[in-house]
Amino acid sequence: METKRKLVLIGNGMAGARTVEEILARGGGSQFDITMFGDEPTGNYNRILLSNVLNGSYKEDDIFLNPLAWYRENNIRLLAGTRAAGILRRARLVFAEDGTPEPYDKLIIATGSRPILPPMDGLKMPDGAFKPGVFVFRTLEDCRGIASYAEGKTTAAVIGGGLLGLEAARGLQNFGLEVNVVHLAGHLMQQQLDAGAGAILKTSMEKLGVRVLLNKNTTTILGQDRVLGLRFADGGTLECDMVVISAGIRPNWEIAAGCGLPIERAIVVDDQMRTDDRDIYAVGECAQHRGQTYGLVAPLWEQAKVLADYITGSNPQAAYHGSKVATKLKVMGVEVASMGIVEPRDSDDEVVQFSEPKRGTYKKLIIREGRLVGGILLGDISKAAYLMQAFDRNTPLPDERLRLLFDIGDPPKQVTFEEMNAATQICNCNGVSKGTIVACVRNGKRNAKAVMDATRAGMGCGSCKSMVTEIVEWACGGQTEEDPSVHYYVPGVPLTKPELIRAIREHNLRSVSAVFDYLAGGKEDAASKPGLASLLKTLWHEEYEDERDARFINERVHANIQKDGTFSVVPQMPGGITSPAQLRCIADVADRYRVPLVKLTGGQRIDLLGVRKDDLPNVWRDLDMPSGYAYGKSYRTCKSCVGSDFCRFGLGDSISLALKIEQEFQGFDSPHKMKLATAGCPRNCSEAMVKDLGAVAVEGGKWEIYIGGAAGSSVRKGDVLCTVDSHEEVLRYMGRFIQYYRENAKYLERTYRFVQRLGIAKIRAVVMEDSEGIAERLDREIAASKAAYKDPWKEVWAAPVANRYSSLLPVLS
Amino acid sequence: MGGTRGKPILITPAGAVMTRNMAELTLCPLSAIPPGEGRNFDVRGEKIAVFRTRSGGVFAVQATCPHRGGPLSDGLLGGTRLICPLHAWKFDVSTGDVLFGDCGIRTYPVHVDDSAQIVLHLDGVVR
Repeated sequence: METKRKLVLIGNGMAGARTVEEILARGGGSQFDITMFGDEPTGNYNRILLSNVLNGSYKEDDIFLNPLAWYRENNIRLLAGTRAAGILRRARLVFAEDGTPEPYDKLIIATGSRPILPPMDGLKMPDGAFKPGVFVFRTLEDCRGIASYAEGKTTAAVIGGGLLGLEAARGLQNFGLEVNVVHLAGHLMQQQLDAGAGAILKTSMEKLGVRVLLNKNTTTILGQDRVLGLRFADGGTLECDMVVISAGIRPNWEIAAGCGLPIERAIVVDDQMRTDDRDIYAVGECAQHRGQTYGLVAPLWEQAKVLADYITGSNPQAAYHGSKVATKLKVMGVEVASMGIVEPRDSDDEVVQFSEPKRGTYKKLIIREGRLVGGILLGDISKAAYLMQAFDRNTPLPDERLRLLFDIGDPPKQVTFEEMNAATQICNCNGVSKGTIVACVRNGKRNAKAVMDATRAGMGCGSCKSMVTEIVEWACGGQTEEDPSVHYYVPGVPLTKPELIRAIREHNLRSVSAVFDYLAGGKEDAASKPGLASLLKTLWHEEYEDERDARFINERVHANIQKDGTFSVVPQMPGGITSPAQLRCIADVADRYRVPLVKLTGGQRIDLLGVRKDDLPNVWRDLDMPSGYAYGKSYRTCKSCVGSDFCRFGLGDSISLALKIEQEFQGFDSPHKMKLATAGCPRNCSEAMVKDLGAVAVEGGKWEIYIGGAAGSSVRKGDVLCTVDSHEEVLRYMGRFIQYYRENAKYLERTYRFVQRLGIAKIRAVVMEDSEGIAERLDREIAASKAAYKDPWKEVWAAPVANRYSSLLPVLS
Repeated sequence: MGGTRGKPILITPAGAVMTRNMAELTLCPLSAIPPGEGRNFDVRGEKIAVFRTRSGGVFAVQATCPHRGGPLSDGLLGGTRLICPLHAWKFDVSTGDVLFGDCGIRTYPVHVDDSAQIVLHLDGVVR
């Protein structure tokens, strides 16, 4: 029978006990007999909560992570209250202070750290003990000592205005003491805060009744046989009854140094948390990894996992790569979050900052190459979860920096993906939950596109795509494998849009099948066909070789497919203007073809729904109206308000502008649908400001052109492209923008995404100032597209294709 | 109409009696289906979608999508891969395998004869 190896831990604090938990979780209980040395006479408790014990909000029992019973249940020998005194590596023995040897096969040092005692007079009594009234703040015993001494006292001082010092101050206040924080540096918590945040925190502390003394170097603790006060290097003094020293921590490395292991600032370990000796590991505050030591709990959890993976053999490749330090805490009720650096270091580092001292709010982010390298949030930390995640995973930040500091408009993103319930529906169109997305990543889909293809998340209206992408990145732990096809115009041809356009022109490719032959090795891809057809039409106008199979069914039959396989028919009705004769005609058609539903559309037109495919050509012939293109990835419609003819508020003639716009752009293929509107005054009755393109009349006979608006699955007010004086100018600049969009947007990218992606400044430069020298060409392309327009409903009768509209064919024999 | 015991028979529209193993049905000339498209055929009450790929292959499958009954012949075809027009389930029309979605589709044997007619093998088509 295989005998178990002996695993000994020196240290029973948070790092040691957590490491043992991780080892047990990997079946280590059957590999090792575990013995733990613990300085303190108890099980393992949560040191972070000591200040809560001090202030009475927790009882001692509340903070135990591993009570003594846990050790018994897991067959761990805990030598509580027994200090390990030395290691004899050659004999593989650890000696207790009383000389008792403890043999080991593997040894883990988790001795943690201890408080730093700055040099000062009067700290100790002649016998070496602290002067009565002097305390450090590290253990439950310290806590008890402070609590009992504070009884009946009036004034306390805390030396050290770092995180722990302020926590101690908060604890002391609850004993009714007047508390002074004495800090050597120029601002509080200088590890986590910059001077600005430190100053605001100081004010907040003072409002809560804590006096803060900065730039104070304590030289002497006054009092003969007990603490009476402090003297500072500047000659000043402070009367106090007790003093808690919280001036930082120092790793406990002595036992490792004693047996010859390499020490720098702490015990040096490699990526598997091993020291120089293959059988000895170190973990937690006493360990130094790649030059870093850590005093926060999150890195320690990560180290414990790697150590456990490695030592149990459950993952021999496990490696610790260091931690990015971020912390979120409450100092006397003031919420603080801090991550990374607190001041910019490179000249290119971007600083985004908000300060509102009166309300105690301070926010500062340091961004390098689009990624977060440092951040401070004080007072309002509602964005902390998101920012800490972005910091930790090194994910790219959104361009709109304001959104990093505040929730504006969008639903608040207050839950992190960790916190988010697995059942939370992410894609509301296809009903895909967070859990499904995560499962998909676990099954090997390592990028957003692969996950979307597999789950259909983001494949409906598309408004959740960015959230899906973020969840995939999170689930991959930031290690996404980029799918190069995300940069392609269509997935089946490995070229970006500019590359594709160049290749199409160079090889004179005029049909979709020719593009597949020349640029995709002859491999047809169904999903890529409509995008290619749209682009070719845009580039070649009437010289485009139309292959109907490349079109989605809607554009193949010039009508919009419905859930039962019937179609909807929307005739053109520019500006939403109709006439009694037209209405009579539509009514007759609806009767004649038994159209089940006649409805007004959102685009100010009339929709005949439920038309059989076989009836489509006849319906069009009988309507004798042009197609309204309500089915295409194309220019759709331009709605209009009443404008200046009848409306008493109208400033401009929105109706005739809408008619001109329809005449100019009807039937244009585009990367996605384009919905337009004109409004005769800024009351915006026709909602022109939230259209792909809109024109709004303003006082003085002028028109504002809006682009990139949306009021569908996403809602966005458009950006003002320019203000012009005439209908003709509206047409010219709208046309230029439309052509620029047609040539540069990805397939199925709506204008609101396109405008956001490029930025309104860039688009203004191209369209208004001709920064790329292409304005004239864009105008020419628009004219050519206009010349190539043919009403598809008339075309059907001009050149009928056999059985195109037959829903069912009889067999020959 | 007559029958031989234990040997099911079919009657073609021309009236000739054939055993089921031999049964074939001429659907239409190849040219009736544009390259890369599909059409529906009424095969004795059963609706079948027939596709002609751009490389000249002809394939027959069930006419409606198993998901929500979408008309598969209106789908987009790339090679032998078909996308349903309603919710983009994907199938391979040569095998009936599902490429995206929950279940596959039925296929029917079909070929193009010497006179460029599309011929359906009736094996298993008619119950």
